Amino acid sequence: MKQFITAVIASIFLSLALLAEPPVNPDALPDPVQEAAARALMKDIRCLVCQNQSIEDSDADLAKDLRQIVREQTAEGKSPAEIKAWLVSRYGDWVLLEPPFDERTYFLWGSPFILLGFLGIWFMFRERDAKSVIAPLNEDERLELDALLQQDDLAEGGDAP
Amino acid sequence: MRRFLPFIIFVSLIGLFIFGLSRQNSVEVRSVLIGKPAPSFALLPLQAGGHGLTNADLSNHDVSGGKPVLINFFASWCVPCRAEHENLMILAREKGIVIYGISYRDRPRDSLAFLDELGNPFTRMVIDGQGRTAIDWGVSGVPETFLVDADGIIRYRHWGPVVGDSLEKRLWPEIEAVLAEKRP
Repeated sequence: MKQFITAVIASIFLSLALLAEPPVNPDALPDPVQEAAARALMKDIRCLVCQNQSIEDSDADLAKDLRQIVREQTAEGKSPAEIKAWLVSRYGDWVLLEPPFDERTYFLWGSPFILLGFLGIWFMFRERDAKSVIAPLNEDERLELDALLQQDDLAEGGDAP
Repeated sequence: MRRFLPFIIFVSLIGLFIFGLSRQNSVEVRSVLIGKPAPSFALLPLQAGGHGLTNADLSNHDVSGGKPVLINFFASWCVPCRAEHENLMILAREKGIVIYGISYRDRPRDSLAFLDELGNPFTRMVIDGQGRTAIDWGVSGVPETFLVDADGIIRYRHWGPVVGDSLEKRLWPEIEAVLAEKRP
């Protein structure tokens, strides 16, 4: 009996899972290759209202409009680079989530390497410090040290109960 | 020296943070359309019998009277538009500036009711129901106001509502500068 109830409950849950099959996007392009290209491009386009989301992640009206434009232009056979250029001519580089590599962004893209360079210089100096040889004691210094150590030993011995 | 290195790094980071946080309008990005002709568009009037608006009108001296105009994207559902409306009225009524209103993703009757309630600063009212013209202008949200000179070149974009001291400190000086060019 118990097994039967378990089986019934399990089958109910399994059939619920079937119901929850992802709905087909009514806006999707009929050609799956084009749809995939459009979706990939949407991930690179900034939703200008929400700023740090892509238009693929956003529910804003502007993001919907831009998604539709990306799909339309993809369907017309435009390349991702052409569609990006179309958007940039209206919204500037800001519309791209990944800034382009040009004279204004050399420092931005180069900064990790500059940081690595600084780290390298720092390590070089550390290495040199560690390697610097300590000059051995001369005879006088050795005798002085021995005397000091002996004093220490005596003092410790004196304190002992 | 080595002992102070973490401290120096800490202080310079704090300095960078203070610099980054105190920069104003970090959200605002200069429009790429500035210095370029207005994008081509042709919009229908908001009201039956009214005038439509095209980009050709912006460079037509017979329409603009050889003076710069403002293009204001607005919507009845847009709360900041309500906030800036008084300043648009001042520009139109007191300063005599021609403002063309483009109703963005709004129902015509809602836009008209909005203007009935708050007053109408617009010389022409047209409708961009799908928001496609707004995208051609690089509009990311309403309100946005563009200053277009008599030759149809976009000279300035005011991002967000014209409220507080932004009429006096930012928009008006830009309009005055363009007006001054035509005087000699």
